[in-house]
Amino acid sequence: MRRSSGSVRFVVIGAVAVAVVAAGCSTQRASDSGSAGANSGPVKVGLVTKTDTNPYFVTLREAAKAAADQQGAQLIALAGKFDGDNEGQVAAIENLVQQGVKGILITPSNSGGIIGALQQAKSRGITVIALDTETDPKDAVDATWATDNLGAGEKQGAYVKAALNGAAPKVLLLDGTPGGAVDTQRHNGFLKGMGLADGAPQIVGRANANGDQNLAQQATENLLQRSTDINSVYTLNEPTARGAYAALTAKGLTSKVVIGSIDGGCQGVQDVKAGKYAATVMQFPKKMAQDGVTAVVDFAKNGTKPSGFHDTGSELITDKPLAGLEAKDTAFGLQNCWG
Amino acid sequence: MTAVVGARRRVTVSELVLRYPALGPSCALLLAVVVFSLVTNTFLSLDNISLVVEQSLVVGTLALGQTLVILTAGIDLANAAIMVFGTLLMAKLAGAGGGLTALLAGIVLCAAVGSISGVLVTSLRLPPFIVTLGMLTVVAASSRIFAAGQSFPVSNGLLNLLGQRFYLFGQIEITLGMLLGLAMFLFAWYALSRTAWGRHVYALGNDPEAARLTGIHVNRTLFSVYLLAGVIYGFAAWQAIGRIPNADPNAYQTGNLDSITAVVIGGTSLFGGRGGVLGTLVGALIVSVLRSGLTQAGIDELYQDVATGLLVIVAVALDQLARRRSR
Repeated sequence: MRRSSGSVRFVVIGAVAVAVVAAGCSTQRASDSGSAGANSGPVKVGLVTKTDTNPYFVTLREAAKAAADQQGAQLIALAGKFDGDNEGQVAAIENLVQQGVKGILITPSNSGGIIGALQQAKSRGITVIALDTETDPKDAVDATWATDNLGAGEKQGAYVKAALNGAAPKVLLLDGTPGGAVDTQRHNGFLKGMGLADGAPQIVGRANANGDQNLAQQATENLLQRSTDINSVYTLNEPTARGAYAALTAKGLTSKVVIGSIDGGCQGVQDVKAGKYAATVMQFPKKMAQDGVTAVVDFAKNGTKPSGFHDTGSELITDKPLAGLEAKDTAFGLQNCWG
Repeated sequence: MTAVVGARRRVTVSELVLRYPALGPSCALLLAVVVFSLVTNTFLSLDNISLVVEQSLVVGTLALGQTLVILTAGIDLANAAIMVFGTLLMAKLAGAGGGLTALLAGIVLCAAVGSISGVLVTSLRLPPFIVTLGMLTVVAASSRIFAAGQSFPVSNGLLNLLGQRFYLFGQIEITLGMLLGLAMFLFAWYALSRTAWGRHVYALGNDPEAARLTGIHVNRTLFSVYLLAGVIYGFAAWQAIGRIPNADPNAYQTGNLDSITAVVIGGTSLFGGRGGVLGTLVGALIVSVLRSGLTQAGIDELYQDVATGLLVIVAVALDQLARRRSR
C-alpha cells in the first residue's frame, strides 16, 4: 500500500521533461540574455541588505530605488532573512548574477560567508560595492561607501566625556553582537573618545544587546541590579538607547546618567529632542545608497570601476552643545534623519 | 502505475493525491518551471537550473532527516541547530587535525545529539515537539559558547569537496554536493519503501499501538529514526561547508522551519505515516524555484514569503481533504 513506484515514475518523467526542455531552450536563451545585458533595457542594479525588516535597511533600499529611478536604472532589492543569514545573501547574489545586473551593492552580514559568491560575481565583470559595512578582507569588493564607525563612536565618547564635566566616568557599555565589525569599531571608538582602555575599572558593566530594544532593556535592568552607581551609558544604536532609557527610568536614574547613541533614525532624533538621551551620532544611509547606485550606473556607461573607501560622514546631534565639539541641533537632525 | 487509472472503478483525484503524495508537488514544480520559463528570459538556462538545485541542497538535506522524523508523527525543531554545531566542530578540527577526522567527528557529534532526542522521545515518552524545542535552545546556545562569537573560514580539501564544480558535457554545472544529495535521497527512498525497517517506520507513524501489537519494536525503530536523522544532519553540515566555506554560529536560524516547509510542500503528512522522501526532494526544489523565479520576475521578496506560506497551507489542506475523503 505504501509503495510509491508510481510517484517515482512520475518524478523521473517530470525531471526528464524539465531537462529536455531546459536543454532545448538554454542555448537560445543564453544568447538572448547576453544581448539584453549588453545594450537593450535599463541598467540593472542589485542591492542585497542584511534583512528587509530593519528600518535602516528599508531606508537604504528606498533611497537606492529613488536614485535608480532618477537615473533610468532598474533596482532589484533582495535581503537575508535575519542578521547572519549567509546562505540567503549568497543565494541573492547568485540570483542577481543570473539576472545580468551590472553591479551589486551589499551590506554583508558576515563577509567570510559570502566572499566566494562575491568573487564569482566579480569574475563575470560585475562591479561589487559594500554599503554600510566593510568586508573583511576589504578587497573582496571594488569599493565601499560607509560610515567611519570608529569615528562615529569617538564622537559619542567625546561628547559623553565632556558632558560628565570632569567627573570620573562610571559607564555601562551596551554592545551589539560579539564579533561584528561595526559593533567592534563603534565600541573601540567610544572608548577612545572617553579616553578609556578596554577593561578599565571605570567600566561598571557591559552586555551584548544585539541592537535590540527589548534585550537592551533586560540587560540594563540586570546590570543595574548589580550597581546603580553609574553616570554614563554607551549604546550601539538608538533601539539599544531606548531600552537603556526605559530601565534607567524605572530606577529613577535618568537625571544622573548621560546616555549617548549612534544612528540618526528619526525616532532617535525625536528621543534626543525629548531629552531621553543627550546626543546621538547621525549616519547617512541615503547618501550611501545614492552614491552606490550612481557608481554602478557610471560603470555601466563608461566602464570605470569604483574603488577605495568612501566615508559618507557622521554628525553629532544634540540640543545641548558643548564647547569644543562640533554639533548640529535636532532641527537639522529631523530634516536629515532616516526611517 | 498505469493500471491504477483503468482499475475497477473511477479513481478520484483525492484518491490519487492520497496514494501518490509526490504527485501534486511534482505537478506544482513542473508548472512553476514552465511559468517562470515563459515569464522571464533568464530563468530557463542550464546555469540557473544548476543554481536552483545547488541552492536547495542544504535545506533539502535537512528536510531529508526531517521527513524521517515527521513520518513517525514527530517533528524536529533542532535539526538546523545540530547541523550548525556540526559545521563549527568540523571547521575547528580541520585547523588542528586532518579533514577526515574533522568530518567524522562532526557527523558523530550530529548523530550523538540526534540520538539524545531519540532517547528522550522513546524512553521518557516526551512529545517530540517539546524535546526538540528544548534541544534547539540548548544546541544553539552551545554552538555560540563553542564559537565564542567568531566564525571560522574553512579551507580544507575534503571539507570543501562538495562545493567542487565540474561540467557535464562541458555545459551542465554539477557539484559533488548535488551527487551526494541525490545518492542520499535514493538511499533513504530505498530504505523506506523496500525494507522491513521502512515499513515499520510508516506503521508506527500511522498507529504506534497497532504497530506494537503486530510485533514491531516501536521504541527501537523510533530511536533509529532519530539516530539516522542525526547522521543526515551531519552530512548536511558537510554540504553547508561545501556551499559556503565558513562556519558561522548565526547561520541557518530558520533552517528548521525551512526544512519543515519543504517536507510539507512535498506532500508528507504532519500526522505521520504518509508521504516520502521523493516528495521532499520535490518540495525543496519548489521552494528554491519559487525564490529564484519570483526574484527574476521582479517580485518583491516579502511577497515571495507570502507565496511560500500560502503554498504550505495549500499543501496541508490537500492532505487533510484527501484524508477526510478516504474515510
